[in-house]
Amino acid sequence: MRTILDWLEDRTGAPSAIQHFLDEEIPASAGWHQVFGSVAMFLFITQAFTGIMLALNYAPTPGEAYNSLRYIMTELTGGALIRGLHHWGASMMVIIVVLHMVQVFLWGAYKKPREATWMMGVILLLVTLAFALTGYLLPWDNRAYWGTVVTTQISASAPGAGPYVLRLMGAENGVGVVTFARFYAVHVLVLPPLTMLLILLHVYLVRRHGVAPAPGDELKPKQKFYPRQVFKDTAAISLAFIVLFSLAVIAKAPLGRLADPTDTTFIPRPEWYFLFLFQLLKYCEGPLEILASVVLPTLGVGLLFLVPFLDRAPVIRVTKRTTAFAIVILAAITWTGLTTAAVRSTPPEAFAADREGPMEWRDLTPEELAGVAYFKSESCGTCHTLGLRQEDKPGPNLGAGGAARDAAWMIAHFKQPASMVPGSQMPSVSLSDSQLNAMAAFLLKLTPQNAMKMQDIPQYVLEGAALYQKNRCNMCHQVNGVGMKSGPPLNGLAHRRDATWVKGHFLDPQKFTKDSMMPAYPFTAQQNETITKYLLSLP
Amino acid sequence: MQYNTDNQGRRGFLVRATQALSALIGGALGIPAFVYLFTPAKSHSTGGWVDAGDISQLKLNAPEELPFRRVRMDGWKIITEKSTAWVVRLSEKEVVAYTPQCTHLGCAYHWEESKGQFLCPCHTSNFSIDGKVLNGPAPRPLDRYLVKVDGTRLLIGPEQSKTKGA
Repeated sequence: MRTILDWLEDRTGAPSAIQHFLDEEIPASAGWHQVFGSVAMFLFITQAFTGIMLALNYAPTPGEAYNSLRYIMTELTGGALIRGLHHWGASMMVIIVVLHMVQVFLWGAYKKPREATWMMGVILLLVTLAFALTGYLLPWDNRAYWGTVVTTQISASAPGAGPYVLRLMGAENGVGVVTFARFYAVHVLVLPPLTMLLILLHVYLVRRHGVAPAPGDELKPKQKFYPRQVFKDTAAISLAFIVLFSLAVIAKAPLGRLADPTDTTFIPRPEWYFLFLFQLLKYCEGPLEILASVVLPTLGVGLLFLVPFLDRAPVIRVTKRTTAFAIVILAAITWTGLTTAAVRSTPPEAFAADREGPMEWRDLTPEELAGVAYFKSESCGTCHTLGLRQEDKPGPNLGAGGAARDAAWMIAHFKQPASMVPGSQMPSVSLSDSQLNAMAAFLLKLTPQNAMKMQDIPQYVLEGAALYQKNRCNMCHQVNGVGMKSGPPLNGLAHRRDATWVKGHFLDPQKFTKDSMMPAYPFTAQQNETITKYLLSLP
Repeated sequence: MQYNTDNQGRRGFLVRATQALSALIGGALGIPAFVYLFTPAKSHSTGGWVDAGDISQLKLNAPEELPFRRVRMDGWKIITEKSTAWVVRLSEKEVVAYTPQCTHLGCAYHWEESKGQFLCPCHTSNFSIDGKVLNGPAPRPLDRYLVKVDGTRLLIGPEQSKTKGA
């Protein structure tokens, strides 16, 4: 061991360089309040590490991104944890960087000769936000897509530069493949090396000017960076890591439905730390909009950048910096107020829907969904597999995308299996013609891609759709464009009516709509509950 | 220069605590990453039996390369891909299907009619009609698919376990 160290010392000088770094003299007042910079650096390293891990299984194109991320989260061991760490780590990074700035601000550590260190820090804050903004698009779910649509539109409204920024983001003709490529490239190729360079310069400047002393420090003996402050930094890092790890384990990182540019029901919301800007935008309408979207943010960043030049007074004790405290408290109150207002105005489903995972079933018609219900109630799954899970069952795998038959063949086969496939051991299916039709409709929709997911459709959806089908609601109503139009279409019902209304309406339509042609449906309470829940979940 | 020095016991504690915490964090990141990279994906099996065509015309001891389509899981995608098998009728009752890659380094081999052998062009491995290695660097006989004959149709299943060989 000794000889290896000696050799390294002789040939590279690394050990003594590290020693020199650890032996840095820091003021006697240094302590727990100065741990945030190290925590931020640790989080950056963690983000880089988990980011690389994700990139090893992630396909960065709109066509593949969502599916590969789903694969990481559901098929790979530890994948959900790693994505969770990356997702929550991004939020935490923003929090810690802001706390770091608040500390430096309160202690007045940006004052002469440390102006450049502060300005470099402001740039690092912007870089952190740029990471958040570009990474937001990469899951390519509805949240990502619509959030980015709004972001690009805001940039487009910038006076003069708008069209150029839009072109730079590849979003002139809407958010698409080019936008995605640009965001991904910036997120993984441009920002990481830029951040590393900036951190290096930032740390270099900290070393050059030394850790900012508090008044009175000159009289006390200095201490060394290692081991006392290193321990404090490590302890703070550990605390941050425990919080991050717990979040990643307990709170599932959201992955909503695949991005759907035609989905008009989705309510876009930015990530929580940008919500205050979003809310600000709401207050400024018409010609004032530019104020919230461009002027105020630019002004804010500009002021932040110039802080060392706006306050040139000599350093005083932190406890006496009342103006600084007042500014921070005012900023915190404004931010909290705007964010709370934004959260309050967000309908709960905008958050809830995000966490339910993909809902491919929403694309199916009630008839097809009823087919799934019959498939289950007739226990077809005893002999047939859907999808690729290799199971030893006597019947063919219906989800393997093999021999495609038409509906007429399937229905004849359901009724008398042996007449269509000589020697078939399958018993005939005793369902009505319309039920067999529904089952054939479902089987026709089956592809190797969706087969597995079909098995995860919630029970209330299947039962609700079967009720819908049995009562022939489609003779008057439309769902997903299928059915007659004499009654109102039922998609988006949740935006118009609540559960009490729908339930009561089934029992006595005329009580709710005077001239309604709809007959009463004497559902049992259970049935009424199920079909109402299904109808209200329609997109 | 005067330093605020800690006593040795306190210093040692701080050093050890720092090391222990760093190791814990390293482990909490490193172990999941290791598992993530080295554990196979949860559903990775392939489809069942696939029809590879009519074999009523297949002559005794005359290998033929039959194409078929097979469904396979490729990462997050389920793909249908073209594949082939060298099918030989060894006797009236026995039909075998070899996978089309040489067991040495995976090159595509072919049937050399004049020699009555399978020949791999990459490193000149030769195999007999029943798949045995005649010469060359190939470490084991040709790999086989599981096969079933249904009337005149040949059904090809997954690859036989490589350790059993031919």
